[in-house]
Amino acid sequence: MPASYFDVDGTLVSTNLVPPTLYYLLNQPTPIHVARSIARALFKAPMMAWGEMQDRRIFNEVLFSVFEGMSEDRLVTLADDVFERVLKPNLYPGARDLIRTCVDKGHEVVLISGALEVVVHHLARHLGATGVIANKLEFKDRTATGKLLRPVVAGPNKALLVRDHARARGYNLDECYAFSDSYSDVPMMSIVGYPVAVNPDRKLKALANAYHWPVIDLSATAA
Amino acid sequence: MSHPCLITLDSRSAPRTLFSGDRLVEVDLPTGTRVLYSKPPIEPLKDVDAAIRYALNHPENSEPLYARLRPGMKVCIAIDDISLPLPPMRRPDVRERVLTIVLALLADYAVDDVEIIIATSVHRRMKAFEVRHVVGDRIFDKYWPDKLYNHDAEDKDNMVYLGTTELGEEVEINRRAVESDLVIYVNLNLVPMDGGHKSVAVGLCGYRSLRAHHNPRVMRDCYSYMNPETSSLARSVDRMGKLVNEKLKVFTIETVVNNRMFDKPLEFLAKNEDDLSPAEKTALRALRFTLDKVPQPARQAIFQRVPSPYGVIAVNAGETVAAHKKTLHKNYEQYCVPVEGQADILVTGIPYISPYNVNSFLNPLLVQVMAQGYMFNLYKGAPMVKRGGTMIVLHPCTDLFDNEHHAPYIEFVHRLLPETRDALELHRRYEREFANNAAYIEMYRKGNAYHPTHPFFMWYWGEAGRQHLGRVIVVGADNEYIPKLLGWETARSMEEALRMARLTAPANPDILCLHLPPIGMADVSVPPGAGGVHAPSDHR
Repeated sequence: MPASYFDVDGTLVSTNLVPPTLYYLLNQPTPIHVARSIARALFKAPMMAWGEMQDRRIFNEVLFSVFEGMSEDRLVTLADDVFERVLKPNLYPGARDLIRTCVDKGHEVVLISGALEVVVHHLARHLGATGVIANKLEFKDRTATGKLLRPVVAGPNKALLVRDHARARGYNLDECYAFSDSYSDVPMMSIVGYPVAVNPDRKLKALANAYHWPVIDLSATAA
Repeated sequence: MSHPCLITLDSRSAPRTLFSGDRLVEVDLPTGTRVLYSKPPIEPLKDVDAAIRYALNHPENSEPLYARLRPGMKVCIAIDDISLPLPPMRRPDVRERVLTIVLALLADYAVDDVEIIIATSVHRRMKAFEVRHVVGDRIFDKYWPDKLYNHDAEDKDNMVYLGTTELGEEVEINRRAVESDLVIYVNLNLVPMDGGHKSVAVGLCGYRSLRAHHNPRVMRDCYSYMNPETSSLARSVDRMGKLVNEKLKVFTIETVVNNRMFDKPLEFLAKNEDDLSPAEKTALRALRFTLDKVPQPARQAIFQRVPSPYGVIAVNAGETVAAHKKTLHKNYEQYCVPVEGQADILVTGIPYISPYNVNSFLNPLLVQVMAQGYMFNLYKGAPMVKRGGTMIVLHPCTDLFDNEHHAPYIEFVHRLLPETRDALELHRRYEREFANNAAYIEMYRKGNAYHPTHPFFMWYWGEAGRQHLGRVIVVGADNEYIPKLLGWETARSMEEALRMARLTAPANPDILCLHLPPIGMADVSVPPGAGGVHAPSDHR
């Protein structure tokens, strides 16, 4: 049995990591907490922009550092709202059908995302995916330290994580699929037998055309 | 005396101009070569709407359509897709004319629950502008996209299993058709392999049904696709269609068009080169020059952007088999040119279009299907070329694919064909893998790609020709590896190709040139005792 590995942001949903993070920051216990979190995020914005240009992992680490001090309970409680109000309205119309096709063909469907695991689990349940590989925050005394647990799910690390996952489950990577919208996921797409560009960015589209990878436009499909 | 459309070249004959993709190439063929031209277009019906109404009111072996309507009933109308006709027909397409009359009739009888399905089977989905072209603005604006839509063979919830034929062929078709009180099929019959039971049983089915007949074994047993009586494929489809008609109420409307593919400025392309007027000769030279100088997209635009002025020559309606019998008769009347004796060498140009590349490029796999599938099969009676004979085709065989329409073709040509060209092995080793490819299925369902099994069917489609022919030599290929992948030899010129072909042909070989398009067919008779005729294994 093969597995299908799906990137999430830009591939299945039209948002990226920022809106869910903002939702968390805007829903703090008091206005003072909100103001402080937003100020901290704004202060880090230039570093995030720089990180995005250098390496997706750096961006993720800087972005999630704004969660420092947030309680684990709050993160878990708000995850449902984040899914319902941020991710679900931004799901691409064809995302559910695509995942259903994979499940119908006997694939294990795994979402692999730089987003927080607590949020991605909700999405996986909604879409019928069976596995999740996502980022986890480090907690001390049930409070987020602002650091991500290793390995950070982003860029080339995704390739390693997919390889480990497939090996642990006994899947032949040549029979597996990887779906992504981003050129930063080329390492992950290169290790499977069936790479698929979904709503690809300019660089990935050029690569997909050069290597004749299938290109899917989920944004244009009917619900 | 031979038919006026079959001429024999002599020493004074002008060179022939044949298609080589979207270019025209002048070739010198030896004295004694017979050249088969298509018949002139049959005069179209004077009043097509009247003919449609007459057919609906005087159907074959059926009550008139109006007598089968009841207020409040559920009706499914299915129509042929963009693969017919080639190139697309100038507006109004005959399907629009039929639909306009049928929908008005349904409205008169208070039949409001009507859905129109484009019977694509595993072909690509038609785009909105293409659907508009076929059904017209008024119907498109009223029904698209909720009540006028493309068939989706991979929408498992909307496919219904009807049962199996006596030979175990599984029949599964579109739910809307199954749940309707009446299915009305609006067909456009371009060639004799279209229409009949193929309309519903293939047009509205999926892979589960198609694999029963779109496989190498059945395809090898077709002599030819254009003659349903001697085609295993047609027999299988008939069995499945019979089962469909037992379970559903089907009213068939078949329309037949003539072969007027080129309009006035290009009409000379269908003429004998010896009969061209000085003005036509100049126009031909100018066209050839232009096509040689402009880039490929412009060449494609010259031919594909201009719809053809096909004329409607017959409308038949009623029970599927009875209506189709009359349709076939008209098709043969338009196309068949009697030819005595088979050739040792068959020469033909491969044009720029096939049923599967409307609005896209004729990729190498489709070049193969045009040569060994369609061109080879344009016969009734015996094949045009003797068993083990040589087919010489003209085409550049450019390694170019449309990423949107033909995504699975690319993998088929570049990953599978280097492994094997054996259709049975391809069928056994790879077809299931492609049929389950989630990405390709998504591209078929939600994009505009052909189903992942379609490239296999295209390869099988060439199987009868592949088994029959000894060699295929391609003239004018711009590369060597694509012909090699297809199992073809290459020659730089027609002279070289003929020299190569003569090495394996008898002395003074009989050469036949198929001068198409427009479409024509050979009705080949073989004198008793003549060798080289195929021996069909089983004509059940």
